[in-house]
Amino acid sequence: MSLYRTELRRLRKRRFIRYLALGGLLVLAAVTVGMFLTNQKIGPKQIAAAERRAEQEWRQHVAFTEQYRAQCETARAAGTAGDEFPEDCAEIEPASRESFDPEGFLPSTFDFRNEFGVTLTTLTAVLALVAFIAGASFVGAEWSSGGMMNLLLWRPQRIRVLFTKLAALLSALAGLAVVASALWTVAFWAIGTYRGTTENMTSGAWQSFGLTELRGLVLVLVAGTLGFGLASLGRHTALALGGALGAMVVGQFGLALVLSLAGTRFVDAWLLPTYVRAWMEKKVTLLNWQVCQVSYGGECQPETFDITWQRSAILFAVAVVLVLGGATWAMRQRDIT
Amino acid sequence: MAPVLEIEGLRKTYRSRRRGERRALDGFDMVVEEGQVHGFLGPNGSGKTTTLRTLLGLIRPDGGRMAILGQEVPAALPTVARQVGAIVESPQFFPHFSAEDTLSLLAGAGGVPQRRVMEVLELVGLRERARERVKTYSLGMKQRLAVASALLKDPKLLILDEPANGLDPGGIREMRTLVRTLASGGMTVVFSSHILAEVQQICDSVTIISLGRRVAAGPVAEVLAQHSNSGLRVRLEAVTDLPTAADLLTRAGVQVTPADDHLMVFGVDKPATVTRALAEADLYVSELAPVTADLESVFLELTATAPVPGRHRQVDQSVVVGGQAGAAVSDQTARGWGE
Ligand SMILES: Nc1ncnc2c1ncn2[C@@H]1O[C@H](COP(=O)(O)OP(=O)(O)OP(=O)(O)O)[C@@H](O)[C@H]1O
Ligand SMILES: [Mg+2]
Repeated sequence: MSLYRTELRRLRKRRFIRYLALGGLLVLAAVTVGMFLTNQKIGPKQIAAAERRAEQEWRQHVAFTEQYRAQCETARAAGTAGDEFPEDCAEIEPASRESFDPEGFLPSTFDFRNEFGVTLTTLTAVLALVAFIAGASFVGAEWSSGGMMNLLLWRPQRIRVLFTKLAALLSALAGLAVVASALWTVAFWAIGTYRGTTENMTSGAWQSFGLTELRGLVLVLVAGTLGFGLASLGRHTALALGGALGAMVVGQFGLALVLSLAGTRFVDAWLLPTYVRAWMEKKVTLLNWQVCQVSYGGECQPETFDITWQRSAILFAVAVVLVLGGATWAMRQRDIT
Repeated sequence: MAPVLEIEGLRKTYRSRRRGERRALDGFDMVVEEGQVHGFLGPNGSGKTTTLRTLLGLIRPDGGRMAILGQEVPAALPTVARQVGAIVESPQFFPHFSAEDTLSLLAGAGGVPQRRVMEVLELVGLRERARERVKTYSLGMKQRLAVASALLKDPKLLILDEPANGLDPGGIREMRTLVRTLASGGMTVVFSSHILAEVQQICDSVTIISLGRRVAAGPVAEVLAQHSNSGLRVRLEAVTDLPTAADLLTRAGVQVTPADDHLMVFGVDKPATVTRALAEADLYVSELAPVTADLESVFLELTATAPVPGRHRQVDQSVVVGGQAGAAVSDQTARGWGE
C-alpha cells in the first residue's frame, strides 16, 4: 500500500506529466469554446433571417441568369457565340425558388441528442494520446534515469513494483478521464442549452452516452497501459513514443498506400483509427464503391463491410496482452545494469 | 554466529547476442563478518560491481550461493532488503526531482519514516541544497546523495560501490569518519574502492578479486603479512661494492634485487644473516632497514597489475587464480580502451 501511495505521489510530482495533462485539458477546452462560438440557437429571428437570405440569393440568381441569357441572345444575333453559350438561349432558365431552401442558410446549431455522441470520440482521442505519452514517460524516465534500479534496491520485488506503478498510473488516468468527461458533458450540455437544443433527451439516450463514455474510459486505460508496457519493454520513453509514432506514420500511411495500390477492397479495415471509431460508435460501416451491387431501383450500391466494437475489443485485448506480457517477462528475466 | 555476508562459488556470464559472452564471475567467494569494515578490491573489470549487483538481485547469477544476514538470497531478498542499504556504481537519480523528493519517495516506498530524510541529508552535508534539482548537482554532490539514500534505512549491512568516487579531499575524510562511526555503532560496511591508502586506513579486512575470482582475503594485517615480500634495504659505505655484495648474498641463498644505490634483499629470516655475510667479506653496512609493503604494492603484486615501463596493460590483463601467476590474458581476447 505504501508503495502504491508513493507511486501516486511520484506521478503527481512529475512536471512533464502534469503539463501533459494540463495541455490535454486545454485542447479540450479550446474545442468546447470553438463549438460554443460557431454554433447558434435557432429562433424565429434566425429563421426569418435565413428566409430573407434565401430570397435574396434566389433573386441574385434570377438576375444573373437573365443577364446571361441576354448576353447569349446578343451574341447569337451577332453570330459571335462560341462554346460558352448553349445552342438555344431559351435553355438558360433560373432554378426554382424551392431549390433555395432557407434551411441551408440557417447558422449551425448544436443538437445535443444527435451530436454529443460524436464529440465523445474527440474527447477520447485526446485523452488516449495523453494517456499513452504519460504512461510511456512515467516508467520510461524511471528506467533511463536509473531510478528504477534504485527503487528495486529498496523493494526487490520486480513484478510487484512494475504492477504497482501501472496501477498508480491507471488510477490517475481514470481520475483524469472521469473528471474530463464530466466537464465535457457539462460543457456540451451548456452549448446545447445556449447554442442549440437539448430536446428529446430520454433516459435511454443518457444511458447510451454513459456507455460511450465508459468505453472511452476503457480506451484511455488501454492507451496508458500500452505506453507503459512499451516503455518498460524498451526501458526508455523515447523508444515507446518513437515506436508508436513509427507505427502510426509509417505503418498506417504506408500500409494504406500499399494496400490501395494492391487494390485491396477495404483499406480502412487495416487502419487503427477505424477501430477506435468502431469502439466508440459501436459500428463502422466501410464502403467499397468499386463494386456495384445493382439494386432494384437500378442504382449502384457499394459493397459494405462492418467493423463492430467487439472486433475492436479483440484487437485492443490482444495488444494489451502482448505488450504487458512482454514487459512482465522482460522484467522477470532481464538483468538490470 | 553466521557471517553477515557469504558468497560461495558465484558465477556470472554476461551474454549478448551481438557481442558474445563475457565471463565476469568465475567461482567467486567472499565472507564478511559482523561489525567489520570490509574492503572489496580489484582491478577495473574484475567483477566487483557485478558481484554487488548479483547480491542485490539486479542480476541473475549462473551459479553459486549467496546469503545476507544468514538468509539465502535472492530468495529472501524481499525480507532482508529492509536491512541492507546499498549504492551500486555511481547511482543515477531522476534528474528533475530534488534530493529531498528523491529520498522522500524512496522512504515512502520502503516504509521508512520521513524524518530520516533530513537526518541523512544533514549527515552527508546536503541539507542546504536539498531542495535543488539533482540535475544541477556536481558529481560529488550526487555521490553524497547516493550515500544518503543508502543510509536512509539505517541498515545493518551497508554496501557502497566506490563511494569516494568524485568526492573532494574533505569529503573523502568525512566518508572515512562516517564509515568508522557507523561501524562502531554495529553496522557492517562493505565497500569497494581503488584508493588503497584509504582502504588500508579504515578497513578491518579485505577481499581482493581478479578476473572474477578471489585472490586474497582476510584481515588487512594478515593479507599484508602473507603476501608482501617484506624485505630489507641494504646500503653499503661504498656504492662500488654493491655488485660484489649482491653476488655474495645471492650465493648465500637470499633473493637480491639491485637498485642504483642500494640492494633490496628478500627471503631472509634475520637481518643478522645479511650483516654477518657481508662483514665476513669486509663489506660494511651503512644502512639496514626493513621495508614493509603497503596494501597498494600487495594489491599490484597479487593482481599482477603493476605498470611495466613501455607496456600498456589492457584491462583484462591481471592474475588468474588457479591458472598461471603473472600477467595473463583471460580466455577472451584482451581489449583496450578504444574498443
Ligand atoms: N552489462 C554488461 N554486459 C556485458 N558485460 C558486462 C556488463 N557489465 C559488466 N560487464 C563485464 O563484466 C566484467 C566485470 O565488470 P564489473 O563492472 O563487475 O567490474 P568492476 O570490478 O566493477 O570494475 P571497476 O573497478 O571498473 O568498477 C567486465 O569485463 C565488464 O566488461
Ligand atoms: Mg565497478
